[in-house]
Amino acid sequence: MSVDTPQTMTDGPATVTAAVPRRRGSRRATLIVGCVLLGLVVATALVSYFYLPYPPEQIGGGRLAGPSPTHWLGTDTLGRDLMSQLMIGARIALAAGGGSVLLGGALGIVLGLAAAFAQRWLDDTLAAVLDILIAFPTLLLAMLVVAARGATLSSAIIAIGLAMSAVVARLTRILAKQVLSEQFVVAARTSGTGWLGIIGRHVLPNIWPTLAVNLALQFGLAVLAEASLSYLGLGAPPPNASWGRLLQEAQGTVYTAPIGAIAPGIAIVALVIGANLLADGLRDVFDPARRTR
Amino acid sequence: MTSYLLRRLALLVVALLVAAGVMFVLLRMLPGDPANALVAVGATPEQIQQARHAIGSDLPLGQQFLVWANQLLHLDLGNSFINGLPVGPQLAQRMAVTIPLTLIAFVLAVLIAAPVGFIAARYSRSWVGILFSSFSQLGIAVPVFWVGILLVWGFALSWHVLPAGGFPQDSWADPGAALTSLTLPVITIAIVMSASVARYVRAACLDVLNSDYVRTFRSLGASFGSAMFRHGLKSVAVPVVSVLGIELATTFLGAVVVESVFALPGLGSMLVTGIAQHDYPSIQGVLLLTTLIVLVVGVLADLTQRMLDPRLRGGSR
Repeated sequence: MSVDTPQTMTDGPATVTAAVPRRRGSRRATLIVGCVLLGLVVATALVSYFYLPYPPEQIGGGRLAGPSPTHWLGTDTLGRDLMSQLMIGARIALAAGGGSVLLGGALGIVLGLAAAFAQRWLDDTLAAVLDILIAFPTLLLAMLVVAARGATLSSAIIAIGLAMSAVVARLTRILAKQVLSEQFVVAARTSGTGWLGIIGRHVLPNIWPTLAVNLALQFGLAVLAEASLSYLGLGAPPPNASWGRLLQEAQGTVYTAPIGAIAPGIAIVALVIGANLLADGLRDVFDPARRTR
Repeated sequence: MTSYLLRRLALLVVALLVAAGVMFVLLRMLPGDPANALVAVGATPEQIQQARHAIGSDLPLGQQFLVWANQLLHLDLGNSFINGLPVGPQLAQRMAVTIPLTLIAFVLAVLIAAPVGFIAARYSRSWVGILFSSFSQLGIAVPVFWVGILLVWGFALSWHVLPAGGFPQDSWADPGAALTSLTLPVITIAIVMSASVARYVRAACLDVLNSDYVRTFRSLGASFGSAMFRHGLKSVAVPVVSVLGIELATTFLGAVVVESVFALPGLGSMLVTGIAQHDYPSIQGVLLLTTLIVLVVGVLADLTQRMLDPRLRGGSR
């Protein structure tokens, strides 16, 4: 859309207020809490490959049972163990987030670098195309891809990743152009460093901190987008217990069995907050000037 | 200014055309013929052929596109494959739900976000500010439909103060009834959207509060409030307005999802059922309309921003 992305806006000029190191401890805490939350979800997903309380499709233990020692989170409308489904859901959430970030990040960085290095006209064209793509909302793009490819996890990942690549490409392009205009790059070029050398030795090392922060934020957005798609019945199809779909199934029985409509939501929030806190923490690690805020 | 406006409008038209083309091609890549959804199980090949002819899916892809584009030029979005009704009037009917839902929720979100963001910035070093910042941190991590489910649980099922969903058959004939059924959806969206808008307000306020001119003004003895209102307000408004456009578009998408929670007959539910039933004209209609709305909102946000910020005017861009 326009010049102001959320990133550039918050990264205002380094503030000149007297450095008050009061918040350094809490900033470190941000990073730690973020890592712990993410780690919990990753651990749950890993454990689910070796151990599940019950086979996720096994029916038993009564329908809509409340939490009990045998079923920690109770059972769903069909009598399946909710804890087991929730653990499987961690895999899907991580696959959706990780897959989209890998796809969107790789595609976006390559496109962004290409635009930054390209001739003026190609750069301008790419920038205009990216602006159009960014104006097109992720969820609509995802629905379009789902309509065309069918509702699967890979459709969701492709759609979210594609939408993300436009955002990442624009950011990469802006950052890379800044680095390319630096004196040391000019010096490297005059002394005969090829474009691969410029990218590997000068551009990437200078831009990856900002990119990493942005990708962590995008991870959270991707998890939310996949949850929305699954909730609408446009995500991974039924045997896969995506958190969004668990919420959709539990919605009708929220009054009689609230736990089923609460637990998956908390899981989503924990994962997304984890990613966001990680992003905040990383930003402070990479950019000490901001810590005084 | 005029040339800028023309450029933006030209870009908008190009973007819309590209979106229409991509949409058409992507949807037609779908394996299986939509005609199959129209005929009963065990239909004879002749019946299937007849159904294909009726909806035009027996034509070559290029010709289908030309037929569709020609209709589009006459503002005819075609007929639904499923119920045979023209898509255009259906869209209008559904907008009567989605547009008020979006706008009311958006205004409410901004009204909540402005004080929340301001207080979070003003008291950024005390527990009040941290509390308000935490609210927005939480809000941007919460799926909007989950908030809806929880509100239904509380306000509709447990306390019976508001309906759990649905919309009056006769739409806005009884504004009171319509507004009542929109109350919970509006609150749902507003909670989530205000959290994300509040973050921008907070960031913009912090930038201004830490700026040299406000510091100077305050060192001359001006109170915090007068520094903010006499000098800071416009500087806060520029970056916030620039994201409001995007936020309005996001609110609109939130509405699309939240309609499913509350069984509202809006654009979102039309899109979701359209996808489930391979109803191309409906899907294309909704997507084209939403794309158009999002693009127009983007242009309006840009124009407002240029009006607020003289630095953006006149330059080469």
